[in-house]
Amino acid sequence: MEPALETSLVLEHGRSWCASVWEFARRRPLGAAGAAIVIIMAVAAALAPVVAPYDPLATDYSAMLAAPSSAHWLGTDAFGRDVLSRIIYGARTALTVGIVSALLGATLGAIVGVGSAYFGGWVDLLGERVVDVLLSFPLVIMALAVVATLGNGVWNVVLAITIPMAPRCARVIRSSALAIRRTAYVDAARAAGFSRARIILRHMLPNVMAPYLVMLTAFMGQAVLLEASLSFLGLGVAEPTPAWGLMLKGAAVDFAETAPWLALWPGIAISAAVFAFNLFGDALRDALDPRLRAL
Amino acid sequence: MRRVLAGLLGVSALVVFLLGTGGAATETPRRGGELVFIVQSEPPSYDGHREETFGVTQPIGPFYSLLLRIDPTDPKGARIVGDLAESWIRSKDQLTYTFKIRKGVVFHDGQPLTAPDVKASYDHIIFPPEGVVSNRRGAYSAVKAIEAPDDHTVVFRLKWPAAAALPLFASPWNFIYSAEKLRQDPRWYETHINGTGPYRFVEHIKGSRVVGTRNPRYFRAGLPYLDGFRATFVKSESAQIATLRGARAMAQFRGITPGEKAQLETALGDTIRFQESAWDCTNWIALNHERKPYADRRVRQALTLAIDRHEMSRALSRITIVRDLAGVQVPETEYAASLADLLTLKGFGRDIDRSRAEARRLLAEAGVPAGFAFTLKNRGITHPYEAVGIYLIDQWRRIGLTVTQEVIEPAAYFAMIRGGDFDVAVDFQCGYLVEPDLDLYKFQSVGISDANYGRYRDDVLDELYRAQSRATDRASRLALIRRFERRLIDEEAHYLPTLQWHRIVPHLRRVRGWHVTPSHYVNHQLETVWLGD
Amino acid sequence: MIPTLLGVAALVFLLMRVLPGDIVELRFAGESAYASRATLELERQRLGLDRPLWLQFADWTWGLVRLDLGRSMWTGAPIAHEIGLRFQLSLELALLATLIAVVLAIPLGIVAAVWRETWVDYVVRVVSIAGLAVPSFWLGIVLILVLLRVFHWLPPIEFTPLAVNPWHNLGQLVWPALAVGYRYSAVSTRMMRATMLEVLREDYIRTARAKGLWRRLVLSRHAVKNAMLPVFTVIALEFAFLLGGLVVTEQVFNLNGLGSLFVEAIAHRDYTLTQALVLLVAVATVVANFLVDLTYAWLDPRIRYR
Repeated sequence: MEPALETSLVLEHGRSWCASVWEFARRRPLGAAGAAIVIIMAVAAALAPVVAPYDPLATDYSAMLAAPSSAHWLGTDAFGRDVLSRIIYGARTALTVGIVSALLGATLGAIVGVGSAYFGGWVDLLGERVVDVLLSFPLVIMALAVVATLGNGVWNVVLAITIPMAPRCARVIRSSALAIRRTAYVDAARAAGFSRARIILRHMLPNVMAPYLVMLTAFMGQAVLLEASLSFLGLGVAEPTPAWGLMLKGAAVDFAETAPWLALWPGIAISAAVFAFNLFGDALRDALDPRLRAL
Repeated sequence: MRRVLAGLLGVSALVVFLLGTGGAATETPRRGGELVFIVQSEPPSYDGHREETFGVTQPIGPFYSLLLRIDPTDPKGARIVGDLAESWIRSKDQLTYTFKIRKGVVFHDGQPLTAPDVKASYDHIIFPPEGVVSNRRGAYSAVKAIEAPDDHTVVFRLKWPAAAALPLFASPWNFIYSAEKLRQDPRWYETHINGTGPYRFVEHIKGSRVVGTRNPRYFRAGLPYLDGFRATFVKSESAQIATLRGARAMAQFRGITPGEKAQLETALGDTIRFQESAWDCTNWIALNHERKPYADRRVRQALTLAIDRHEMSRALSRITIVRDLAGVQVPETEYAASLADLLTLKGFGRDIDRSRAEARRLLAEAGVPAGFAFTLKNRGITHPYEAVGIYLIDQWRRIGLTVTQEVIEPAAYFAMIRGGDFDVAVDFQCGYLVEPDLDLYKFQSVGISDANYGRYRDDVLDELYRAQSRATDRASRLALIRRFERRLIDEEAHYLPTLQWHRIVPHLRRVRGWHVTPSHYVNHQLETVWLGD
Repeated sequence: MIPTLLGVAALVFLLMRVLPGDIVELRFAGESAYASRATLELERQRLGLDRPLWLQFADWTWGLVRLDLGRSMWTGAPIAHEIGLRFQLSLELALLATLIAVVLAIPLGIVAAVWRETWVDYVVRVVSIAGLAVPSFWLGIVLILVLLRVFHWLPPIEFTPLAVNPWHNLGQLVWPALAVGYRYSAVSTRMMRATMLEVLREDYIRTARAKGLWRRLVLSRHAVKNAMLPVFTVIALEFAFLLGGLVVTEQVFNLNGLGSLFVEAIAHRDYTLTQALVLLVAVATVVANFLVDLTYAWLDPRIRYR
């Protein structure tokens, strides 16, 4: 079956959603594996108080830097806090930031992209310039400015990460939207008196849905990575909040040789999450339209 | 007329240097070799009068001499000896200091050094010309004038008797420059190096190294032992450790963490040595007296009672650069409190459960509800700020307070704390010399001390400071300092002490003749250092 | 191009002044509280920080027009000099990493496409996604540990320029280039695979026998060349980022490059230096974008992006 046809079937006939998911899992096992990992992480994060063996903030100075044992499956950190519990709670930060920033970034970008493509003219020109400027700007300064003015905290990190993502999405969505915009169909619809809103919603949006979904999943992986990097640089969430990036600085580096589990598990957690998002995103893109290679 | 044992001191210091009391007492220092050491920070300019970073004193210090200096062989880092000054006399009214300058000292460019050079250098520090920045000028407000009546005498006239005058003349930043060069261009020394120190300047490659070679005409005969030195700039800590492991550098003179020490011990075994001492640096918790609950003494006392400093010392000394319990003075220095003294202060008691119970009681009495939340603003430097912050938050949790931490990037940190934009913040105090006048200055009332970020007013504290500064004998001064400490930490809890920083300096076993002191700014002329095997 | 650069210039100018913290205070009142207000004001005047904002901006942009980047506020040295020293290293590292990325990506991408949905494809995809998923700073820590313990390798103390001693120079840069190159090959491999798939789809619907497929490939050199086009696009666009973005890599491998200069400049609130660096990266990005657009339009007029 032609992939493009597959897409339109999925989007226009809701009842085959379940069947499509099963088909997807069967034909693209890697993507399904990715999705499964993400779902497991999300569930564990949501049920953290139940799943985690210890309070992530509970210190135990008699068991500092303890090796993995039956009491602490992944060992303890420099304050005697259980690493496993901190990783589970850390998933909350990672996934919250990842999913929310990706959603915000992709949606904002899509709005700008579609608006830019539809209205054309100076709106388009202005949008293009703003996008260009933001794309050429280093993330570090932007994040620093956000943190310096608004402070640490999960929502400020989300803001800091959304800013570089929106322009990328805007650019991609714009090209897809342009492809529709240029067809005679839209002009005809306008001439026939259909409202702008209706044209955008009914005819342009469905066409940008595929690249939007792909960008969304790609962003989720990147957002988790960016959150870890920002926390590592001290620009993300602050201690004692459990966050994977935070767990990789300070004592983890100092004691990398005597207590390698400190650096090992958070790194694996981050890699696994990003890995899973990317696998799923890849498979989704393959399924929807391999022509979306510019992503 | 009170004569300081100046000549004797100078001569005995010379003898001590010539014997090279660095390593084993019976070893003879060897000449030759190049000392390679790591410096973490690069000097923004070469002018010691202008800068305040160890990135200047460590790589550039060897090129210059000082008027007086901290004895490089004194492990307490307190004894002041003459460098260019052969001897000195203080007048009976303590308003005049007369220094005799050594004869036969020459600058690296061959010009002789005379008293006018010393006068010009101190003029540059205390009375800088228009357009010249002198970093520590405010510390010399007691100096009225400087004179050089002849080629080998310098006289300082003070406006009032200042007990801490001598330490000020021993400041490691007070490089002695040439009067001629300063006259031609007062800013010449920012970009050029010309001193009388044991080493001569060879090159500075930005981002890479500073190289110095032996000064054959150094005024201490037979010194320096080394042919030269190379200060390499390595900014990241892990790269520093790797460099030491590979023996590509022989020392790092600032200090490393316990974790890094363990790594080096495992990797290098017997070939590396560590010299440790209490560091003249500590963190104090500033409580903003201008904000609601912190104006109440009971709340402040509760906050300090909640902290188990004994466990803090045991636990944190394993992972970061703090160790000892301390009051207002570096432990084991002349005016420091004994452990018995400290145990009587709030927050230092061994029975932590009792302390915490009292803390809860005080909070309830002051009307602070359980679960009261505030933000601790911390400085964005890993060691030891991160660990101290996490520990404190954990301790305050145990008396029912909910504390979140906000980490302020170092550049923004000063704006925050000077602007009073905090409830509770981690402050710090570092010095180059342990001297109560310098160390206690900060804690005076907000109108007097610019560095009182807690913004409190306490006349009793101010009076105690003045009294100890004018004390005539050691016993009474000690008593006054103890009272100051008690008032600050226990009765009023204006500032909360944490732990004294702990300095661990690694160097290869072959590096001899260098003694650790509590300050990482001093002892950097390196003329007593030699390389064995 | 110019409006974009102007926008970047204005943005970085404003953002730097929004950040709390002041270079004069940092330099002279950081450790002690002894420097007087008058002294600090004097220094601010000397650095031109007391003038109105629009004047500072106009002064700076006028300097840019004359290709004068100004002086670093922290050291007083000309910025061109400060950057020049590090630029050589960063450029070389970026080029080496790109070379590694290309050498890895193209064959791997083609192979994965040719044998799609087989174990070969899966392995390539997993390996390349792993390159994207692993955080660079974690990879750096692990890599240094492995290099130290297993290979007894040490980070270089000082950088040996290529002209002075090529072997030494390459020996110093090979490990960081590999660490960085691996990550960048990940993106390019996926792109190569996707475009090859498209090429194959146009000529073949089903996977042919290996022998037949290779013959077909050889015959459709033109198609393969077209497939490589987006890959080079990605590589060119990422190259600009490589110049100033390798902060953690430089830290871990102790390289004195543009990334660490950037972090230092921000930490010092050295406005002129930070602005110059951001602009440099922006110029590189804009130029890269422009070249890519040109190449697209020239090589394949069928493409309907614009």
